[in-house]
Amino acid sequence: MSTMPTPAAAVELDDIQGLVRFGYKYHTQTCFLLLRVKDPDAARAWLGSAPVSSASAAPSPPATALQLALSSEGLRALGVASDIVGAFSAEFVSGMGSEPSRSRRLGDMGANAPGQWQWGTGARVPHVLVLLYALPGQLDGWQRLIETQCAAGFDTLARLSCGDMRGFEPFGFVDGISQPLADWNRERPVVDAEQPNYSNLTCLGEFLLGYPNEYGGYTDRPLLAPQRDARAMLPRAEDAPELVDLGRNGSYLVMRQLQQDVQGFWQCMEQQAGGDPALRERLAAAMVGRTLQGLPLEPLEQASPASQAAGAAPDLNAFSYSADPHGIRCPLGAHVRRANPRSADLPPGEPGLVSWLMRTLGFDAQALDQDRVASTRFHRLLRRGRAYGGTVPAPGTDTGLHFICLGASIARQFEFVQSAWLNSTHFNGLQNESDPLLGTRLATPDGMPTDGFSIPQAQGADRKLTGLPQFVTVRGGAYFFLPGIRALRYLASAAQGGSP
Amino acid sequence: MVIAPLDAGREAGLRALLDTMNLNPGMADPVGAVLPFGAFSRLHFARLVLLDDALQADLQALGLPRPRLPTCLAFMGDCDGSARTLLAELVQQAGDGLRRIFAHCEGFQAGGDLLAWMLAHDQPLAASYVNWVGRSVQQIRQESALQRALSAQVPRGSLASGAEAGRIHQALRAFVETEIHAGHLTLTQPEPTPLGWQVARLLNLLAIPLAGLLLLPLLIVLLPLLIYQLRGREKRDPEICPRPQLDGLQALQELEDYDVSNQYTALGAVKPGLFRRWLVTVLLVLIDYACRHVFTHGYLARVQTIHFARWAFLDDKTRVVFTSSYDGSHQGYMDDFINKVAWGLNLVFSNGIGWPRTRWLILGGARSEQRFKYYQRRHQIPTQVWYKAYPGLSLADLKRNQRIREGLERARMDDAQALAWLRLL
Repeated sequence: MSTMPTPAAAVELDDIQGLVRFGYKYHTQTCFLLLRVKDPDAARAWLGSAPVSSASAAPSPPATALQLALSSEGLRALGVASDIVGAFSAEFVSGMGSEPSRSRRLGDMGANAPGQWQWGTGARVPHVLVLLYALPGQLDGWQRLIETQCAAGFDTLARLSCGDMRGFEPFGFVDGISQPLADWNRERPVVDAEQPNYSNLTCLGEFLLGYPNEYGGYTDRPLLAPQRDARAMLPRAEDAPELVDLGRNGSYLVMRQLQQDVQGFWQCMEQQAGGDPALRERLAAAMVGRTLQGLPLEPLEQASPASQAAGAAPDLNAFSYSADPHGIRCPLGAHVRRANPRSADLPPGEPGLVSWLMRTLGFDAQALDQDRVASTRFHRLLRRGRAYGGTVPAPGTDTGLHFICLGASIARQFEFVQSAWLNSTHFNGLQNESDPLLGTRLATPDGMPTDGFSIPQAQGADRKLTGLPQFVTVRGGAYFFLPGIRALRYLASAAQGGSP
Repeated sequence: MVIAPLDAGREAGLRALLDTMNLNPGMADPVGAVLPFGAFSRLHFARLVLLDDALQADLQALGLPRPRLPTCLAFMGDCDGSARTLLAELVQQAGDGLRRIFAHCEGFQAGGDLLAWMLAHDQPLAASYVNWVGRSVQQIRQESALQRALSAQVPRGSLASGAEAGRIHQALRAFVETEIHAGHLTLTQPEPTPLGWQVARLLNLLAIPLAGLLLLPLLIVLLPLLIYQLRGREKRDPEICPRPQLDGLQALQELEDYDVSNQYTALGAVKPGLFRRWLVTVLLVLIDYACRHVFTHGYLARVQTIHFARWAFLDDKTRVVFTSSYDGSHQGYMDDFINKVAWGLNLVFSNGIGWPRTRWLILGGARSEQRFKYYQRRHQIPTQVWYKAYPGLSLADLKRNQRIREGLERARMDDAQALAWLRLL
C-alpha cells in the first residue's frame, strides 16, 4: 500500500473503454451480444482490431460505439496463459454461477438458481460480451457490420436487445440517479484516512484497475514480467514499477439479466393499498425509497443560491439518511437505502477528540445503534445497465433490466452490496426481510418467512407489508473483465509467454 | 478447549466421521446421532476442527527450520455456567459419540474415563470474548418466542395519541400474562451468578491493574528500549501475504453462508524470539481483561457482530489459534475488521509471522486491505463441524428481544417510552 501522496499522473483516457466514463445516454439504441469462441485465431484477430471506443471525449457523440469485455472462460478459450488468467481476482476466475456458496451469497437460490438461467452456466457461459451503442436509427447497420466481423471467430450465444425507456426502469421509476463520481482528475488524496462524511467523489481505483483506491491500495489484476510483453504494449504498474500492468485502465464488469414482473408488482401494490391509488404509489415509493419521479423520501439539501438563480434542476442525490436513523421518512429496508446507505466511516457525533474516541471504542450507545451498516465509500457501484422489453411487454416476451456495474473489486463492491445489503435478511438491524424489490422471499434457516417489508411510523409500531411475491428473477449472469484498449490488444496477440 | 493430536493415519477416517455429523457442509445436525448438540440446553456454539501445521512452512522464510507438528483435533464450545459441568453432561448423554470421535486421537483408551481424558486435554484459553455476558441460551430462546408472539399481536396502525401507546403496552402485558398461564410462553428469571464467580471476577478486576501498577516503574524505565525494539522489528519483520490458492478459498466458502451467522477459525505461528512471545502474552492478558470487564454488553469496540471469540496458545506459545462466531458474510466481517478495529487486530496479530507491516503496533497492518485479506484467508482453516443453538437469529435480534422483554417487565412507562417500546416490535 502506498501511503505517500504521489503526484497523480494524468489519466490515459484514450486507453480506457468509454463505458467507464460515459453512460452513452444519447445512444438510446443498444444491443448486447454474448459470444462463444469458435475459432481462437479468428477470434483473436477480430479482438485485436475491433473498433473499440475510448473514454476520450469527442465534440459530439459518435454515431455508434463498441465496447468489449471478456470472461475468465473467454480468456482461456482465447488461449491466454493460465497464470495470467489466474492472477485476476478469485471471483472473476470462478465466475458468477459456478459455485453454490456464491449463489447463496448472491441470493441466486430458488427461482434465481443458476441451473435455471437462460445463459451463464456450463456451455452457456459467455466468452466475450460485445456492447453495441447507437444513436437513434443507427443500430441495425452497426450490429450487422459487427456480427459479420465476428462470425468467423465466434458463435452467438445470445442477442440481448435493450429498449429505450427514456430514463425509467420497467416498474416505472426514474432510474440511474445515484452514481458515484469517479475522481477523474485524481484530486482525492491517496491516503488511508478516516472519512467522517459520506461523499460521492470516489477514488478512481475503486472503478479502474491499476489506480489507488479508497484505502490507497490496489486490487487484484495480473502484473507481468516485462519479458511477457515483448512489444511493450502494456503500461508499468504504479505499485510495482518493475512489472507491467495488464489490468491498468480496465475494470471488472458484472452483468445480470433481471426479469421484472411489472404486472405482479403493481397488482401487489394495488392489493396492499386496498385500491387507493395515492396509497399505492406511496407504498411503492416506500419500497423503492424514491418516488416514481425520482425524488428521495429525505429532504434535499438546499441548492446553492447560484444554481437556484440559474434555475438548475435540483440535485436528486443531495441528501443523506443521517437525520432519519429509524427510517420514519425512508424505511431502513427501502431498495435505494439498502443499495447506497450513504454512511460514513464513523457514525455522526459531537466534534472533538473525546467524542471521536468514545465512538471509536464503542462507548457511545447512540453511535453504536447507527453503526450497523458498513462505510459506503468502499462499496460503490458504477451502474451501466439498460432496461429491456418495455413496461408492457409483447405477449411471450419479458421485461426487465440488463444490470451492468463496473468496479475494481467484485467481492468488495458488487458481491458485498448484493449479499450484505440487498439480499441480507438482517440489514441494518432488520429482521427476516430482504430487499423489497429483489428479495427471493425464501424462508430463513429457522423457517421464518422473508416476504415482509417494514415501514416505520412516527406514531406506532412499524407498519408491515406481508406476503410479497418475488418481483425480480435472475435469468443469467456473468463476471467480465473490461480491459484497457492496449490490454485488449495484448490479450488478442498470441505471444504472452508462460504456460498455456 | 479440548485438544489432542491425532493418531498417525487416522485423519481421513476422522474427517469422514465429522462430515456425517453435518446437515449442510460444516453445519452440524442438532439432533445428529454422533453428537446431538441440540440436546444440551446451555450450549450456544460448538465446533470440531482439525488444526494442521501447513503454515509452519512460513518459518523457513525466516531462515528457521520447519517444525513438524501432528494434526490436532480441537473441540470447543461456548456455554452457560461451568465448562466442567457441560463436559460431564456431554459424557453422560453423548459419551458413545465422543468416544467414536476421540478414538482417532493419540493415547485415547476406549474403555478409559472419558471425562478425565477430556479434562486432561482441556487447554486454557489466553483470552475470550462473549458478546453479552450472562445472556443464556434459555433466555435467548424465550425472548425470541416472546418477540414473535408480541410482533404478531401488536396493532400496526398509526396511533391517535401518545396515551394509546401506554394503553397498548398494558394490554400486551396482560396478553403475555395470559400466554404464560396458558403455557405458550415462558420467561424465566436469569439465575444469579454464583458467588464464587463474582469473587473471582472481582479479584481479576483488581489484580490486573494492581500488577500493572507494580510493574509500572519498570515499564517506564524500559519503555524507550521496548519502543526501540518494537520499531526495529516492525521495519525488519517480513510480510508473508501471498494470495491463497483458489481451491483452498473455495473449500472455506463451501462452509459459509447457510445461516445469518458464520464461523471463523484461524491458526498462525508467533514470531520467533522472546520479545514477541512476551508482548503477545501481555496483550492477550489485557484483551482478556477488557473482554471480562469492559466489553461485556454487546460490542467489542465498534464491532457488534461477534457472538463469541477466543484466542488460545498452542505448542508452547509458538502458535495461536483464534476462533469466532459472527453475524453476516465473511467479506463483511473482514471489512468490519479493517474499517472499525484494524488497530485492535494489529495489537495481537502483528505478533504473528507474516502479518502486513504495522507502525507503532496499531497503525497500518490490517489497513492494507488486499494483503490483510490474503493473510486472513490463508491462515483460516475449515471448521469441520459448527453448531449454533439459535439459527436465524443475529445479535441485533438478541439485543432487540432483550429490550422488548425489559420494556414488557416495566409496570409503568410514560407515553414516549411506551411508543419507543412499541416500535421495537
